[in-house]
Amino acid sequence: MSTTLDTPTKTTGRSLATLALIVRRNTWTLGLIGILVLLVVVTKIIQPSYGPAGIQGLAISVFPLALAAVAQTCAVLARGIDLSIGSMMALTSVVSATLMADRSEGFAIIVVIAVLVLGLILGAVNGALVVFTRVPDIVVTLAMLFVWAGAALLVLNTPGGGSAQWLSALTRGPLFSQWVPRAAVALLVIVGIIWIPIRRSRLGISLYAVGSDPLAAFRSGVSVSRTKIFSYMLAGLFSAIAGLSLTATTGIGTPVPGPYTLMSVAAVVLGGVGLAGGTGGVFGPIVAVVILSLLRTDMTFLNVDTNLATVVQGLILVGVVMVGSLIQMRRRET
Amino acid sequence: MSQGSNGYLLEATGVSKRYGAVVALESASLRVLPGEVHALMGANGAGKSTLVKILTGGVRPDSGVIRVRGKDRKIHSPAEARRGGLVSVYQEPALIPDLDINSNLRLTQTQVEPFRHWIQELGLQEIDLTRKVRELPLATLRIIDLARALAIEPDVLMLDEMTAALPANLTESVLAVVNDLRGGERCTIFISHRMTEIASVCDRATVLREGETVGVVDVADADSADRIVELMLGEIADDMAEMAERPATSQRADGERPRIEVRNLAAHVRLRDVSLKLYPGEVLGVVALEGQGQDELFDILSGAERPASGEFLVDGNEVILRHPADAIRKGIVFVPADRAEALLMQRPVRDNIALPFSAPLRKWGPIRTSQEKPKVDRAIDRLQIDTRAQREVRFLSGGNQQKVTIARWVATGLETMLCFDPTRGIDIRTKHQIYPLLRELAEAGAAILLYTSELSEIQLACDRAIVIFGGEVVAEIPAGDADEATLLRAAHNLGSDAALPEEVLAAAHGADEGQEDVEKSER
Repeated sequence: MSTTLDTPTKTTGRSLATLALIVRRNTWTLGLIGILVLLVVVTKIIQPSYGPAGIQGLAISVFPLALAAVAQTCAVLARGIDLSIGSMMALTSVVSATLMADRSEGFAIIVVIAVLVLGLILGAVNGALVVFTRVPDIVVTLAMLFVWAGAALLVLNTPGGGSAQWLSALTRGPLFSQWVPRAAVALLVIVGIIWIPIRRSRLGISLYAVGSDPLAAFRSGVSVSRTKIFSYMLAGLFSAIAGLSLTATTGIGTPVPGPYTLMSVAAVVLGGVGLAGGTGGVFGPIVAVVILSLLRTDMTFLNVDTNLATVVQGLILVGVVMVGSLIQMRRRET
Repeated sequence: MSQGSNGYLLEATGVSKRYGAVVALESASLRVLPGEVHALMGANGAGKSTLVKILTGGVRPDSGVIRVRGKDRKIHSPAEARRGGLVSVYQEPALIPDLDINSNLRLTQTQVEPFRHWIQELGLQEIDLTRKVRELPLATLRIIDLARALAIEPDVLMLDEMTAALPANLTESVLAVVNDLRGGERCTIFISHRMTEIASVCDRATVLREGETVGVVDVADADSADRIVELMLGEIADDMAEMAERPATSQRADGERPRIEVRNLAAHVRLRDVSLKLYPGEVLGVVALEGQGQDELFDILSGAERPASGEFLVDGNEVILRHPADAIRKGIVFVPADRAEALLMQRPVRDNIALPFSAPLRKWGPIRTSQEKPKVDRAIDRLQIDTRAQREVRFLSGGNQQKVTIARWVATGLETMLCFDPTRGIDIRTKHQIYPLLRELAEAGAAILLYTSELSEIQLACDRAIVIFGGEVVAEIPAGDADEATLLRAAHNLGSDAALPEEVLAAAHGADEGQEDVEKSER
């Protein structure tokens, strides 16, 4: 930023202003990171032995969930919602596990690419149905939840198949230091590579525009239908990556979808993405997923009844979102 | 008009558009020459906005031919129109609220430098492009929208009510910019209700009435303004003159009890000290500039809000209203300016009219439509509601929607009606059905309080008017004396000789003091 013309004070002033802007834009995510730090401290207090192994396990459990949350974010940002994320994960997981079983390591590369394309196609189908039938997003994706889930069971009736060694290696174990799990790095790299260029492109702006005000977006020359389909394709792509990650971490394909869809909605809400569309980003939901998972491990460690833990998780979700909204409202008034 | 079609930059003929049974445009035409600023005129609902939306791809016409520079164009979307050189600044800003200005410019692929140039030209200070649109005031958004359109340098620039939401200084700079667009290769289509603006920047005016082009007027002609009004109104202009000659109202008997009386009402900061008496059988006008406490006054009277202090009497008994339902039970009903606040937009006309009285008829079980129907029918009849599109209220025109909000109260039998700018954004025909209706209701014994932002309505509909300034009643004027000039002076609290209550007169005696007040209000 600094040029020779600027006096030093001016430059600091400007970078301070930029910093202030970044803080102002990302208050929610920064607040979540604050909560996370607090939670880590609490974890260390109640489980003094919590260390690299715990972080490793956390990263593995967060990995697919975070990708599902990112997928949901893509749909929600454009004022949609995708209830078929869990099913798409199951379908892509079994397809990849079936194709990779007993095949060469090299062939797995082709499989990965094919599964990513499959994810894009599944998303495109969701999006096209939403756009062309004008049936509400929630109904279409609810229907597709059953379709993709059924398809997954058709591909593979019981858990099975296999994963290529190199794919599993990507997510297992630490990288550089024992404190840095591979899965966490892989997550950030994948999301960064796909999301950041999109966020900066006109397509990314259109995504926010359609979510924020579809009429204004239309009048600004954005193709609302195309953008909507694109948002579902992104959701499909991230679901496919999440499905691959399931195969990679477990080494097999599981045809029955886990609780990923609803957890992804929870993470999106907790992550500061407005369900009405147009506000938020992908990193808030990722942090939210880490918080929810860590909370879960803490409660398991404290021997809290699992059912009670679920109740507590829900209450915390409502509480955080409520307090957060109140703070935001206050700020807007002043 | 003997020019060949090749001379026109933009030529639209036979454009029509229907929404269900409602005809928005019926064979409208518009021909604009290069270098011209062309006014598009018409009462509300005449189809101006629809025509602009069709020309910029926002709405698809049922039929019609659009030619740009002599070539047929099919325009399917705003993006396509933009590429073809047709750009509009719509009535509502087309900016994305959750994005910053930079992103909004990138969305329409607008260069920043020309945008900045136009922003300055339009009289706005340097703006921070990283600000979110949501955080900016409406007037600024309008200017940004216009600057963005100008930066694209379109062949045809359409401005739909560009100046409506702007303060005077920005209006001036916008008009100056539009005036500079005259001459040259491009053209501008300018929509405004303000005759003076039309006269100062436009070359010709095309007039629409009920979706049809009824004439093209050369603005430079001496009698152009009269011609335009004549074309816009059709046969209504005569009725208007007739209505204004309504005989002055009878004097009140001394002992008569007011239907509603409030004493020293105060709430928030704006409403400081208002006392008024509303008698049965009269229409009492309320005149005030924006934000003088009239909103708070109506909120209190309709039970939506409670006063900080003061007395509120209905039929001589003090009341405390906690909820609009309390007010309705006391026979006080409210017609807001914004129809969307009062109507169930996706329900039929019938349900909307029946809503307030079907509830008390039966709290449980099915509503007895047999009891409801005659009342609803009578109300529809009486207000001449156009029910062709009655399946969902949102398909009705603004005027008909407002009639529905009034009809629901008329259907129950009316005691007291509070109307807050009920004719805002309504076409002139409906307006002239609403005034006599208010008179009729008053003559049948109802008490009506009418706040209006259109000063000419006071003489058309009211018996007397009070003027609120700075949260206090500063004048009471009988309708006979309430011409627009008098009301305007009073609304600015510039003391006039006519009918000022003594205490106010005493308070505002020194001219200096009055001046001070105005200055205060301007800050």
